[in-house]
Amino acid sequence: MCLAIPGKIKSIESQYGGLVRMAKVAFGGIVKEASLEMVPHAKEGDFVLVHVGVAISIVDEEEAQKTFRYLEEIGELEELREINDYLPDRKAQGAE
Amino acid sequence: MKFLSEYRDPELAEKYLEQIQKTVTRPWTIMEVCGGQTHSLVKNGILNMLPKEVRMVHGPGCPVCVTPLNLIDKAIFLAEEKGVILCSFGDMLRVPGSEKSLLAAKANGADIRILYSPLEAVKIARENPDREVVFFAVGFETTAPANALSVIHAHRLELPNYSILASHVLVPPAIEAVMEDEESQIQAFLAAGHVCTIMGILEYYPLVERFKVPIVVTGFEPVDLLQGILMAVRQLENGEAKVENQYARMVREEGNPKAQEAIYEVFEVTDRLWRGMEVIPMSGYEVKEKYAAYDAKRKFNVNIAEAPENKECIAGEIMKGIKKPFDCPHFGKKCKPENPLGAPMVSSEGACAAYYHFSGIINESELQGT
Ligand code: SF4
Repeated sequence: MCLAIPGKIKSIESQYGGLVRMAKVAFGGIVKEASLEMVPHAKEGDFVLVHVGVAISIVDEEEAQKTFRYLEEIGELEELREINDYLPDRKAQGAE
Repeated sequence: MKFLSEYRDPELAEKYLEQIQKTVTRPWTIMEVCGGQTHSLVKNGILNMLPKEVRMVHGPGCPVCVTPLNLIDKAIFLAEEKGVILCSFGDMLRVPGSEKSLLAAKANGADIRILYSPLEAVKIARENPDREVVFFAVGFETTAPANALSVIHAHRLELPNYSILASHVLVPPAIEAVMEDEESQIQAFLAAGHVCTIMGILEYYPLVERFKVPIVVTGFEPVDLLQGILMAVRQLENGEAKVENQYARMVREEGNPKAQEAIYEVFEVTDRLWRGMEVIPMSGYEVKEKYAAYDAKRKFNVNIAEAPENKECIAGEIMKGIKKPFDCPHFGKKCKPENPLGAPMVSSEGACAAYYHFSGIINESELQGT
């Protein structure tokens, strides 16, 4: 649970009536929501390091791709996947 | 046994290994603090590739492992007796409490949900206004901004039914505690890269001054770890003790100020108990008075007697780098991931679990007693 995983910002939206800046971030084929409040300058297309649903820094694309491939290869992306299986009701709620 | 050719950058790994071999002239003991690094060192077979002189010991940097027994009992009590929706990272579920684990409580029907992020718990609180929602907020500095943010969101949304059960620990005081132990033989540290992405590296200068140990901020991929080890070995061989940053591509001196702002908005630094170890002064975060309404400890006022730790488990000595998992008589026998005696056998970042899962690629005879 201590890993931070790099992903690409697909889109940005404000939630809770403008209170919170959230992004949809793609980790390979998996898309999850992440808060951009710690990286206020991040924009669409940027790569960010995401830890438990919060982007903690902006990283360059090459580095992000390399790290992501490494994590994928050694099977460290399970925490992204497993949760989807654990929470089938999220899809039904349209959360993703 | 893993082979270098499987690494994403085998030539570079090979180069660092050669340089470590060339540089080292005497035995050194180096601790990697972070459980993610322990996991990577073991899984990638690095322990067996290093020259015999370089002895790696594994630190207390697994938040799941050091979460006090009493807090796990409290989480279970909240789920079972108070009927809250108890949300947690998946890693916590199988950690043994004094009587059972969260997973056992879940199997008995308690509403325990595994989440990827504390921000999802806020959503659950919003969607279930008639239920109390508690997030079991464990973690090191890396996770603190997310847990703090969940409180900030709940506060902004004026949610009366959200709170966190905080179990937060900090790396620099842990290094201090490890060094102060009389039995400690540690001569250098690899500090955790992602922790420093948040906190920066300034906190490490006073430690280097005081204990005269090299501290190298290091990433978690094989090449990062090998380079970090090389940097530490070079300092040791030269009789130096400095803060160095191997992970500069992810870590800036000052860290992430926005993230620190969120942490200090919600949390204050306090003394705290580390499971298997002791109370370490100023080594954790608790929720500030200002956000008391979002602090499950205050909100539910649960008093559960402190249960004794399982005496057979030597997790404390392992997390201080005094012993290794193979030194534990129960390792792989009475204590296995399916039936753990202690938390380090549960979490993928715990040293015992890492050794157990990948023992095929660790050469026990080479490691034992080294
Ligand atoms: S092997 Fe099991 S009993 Fe031994 S120290 Fe590790 S967790 Fe504790």
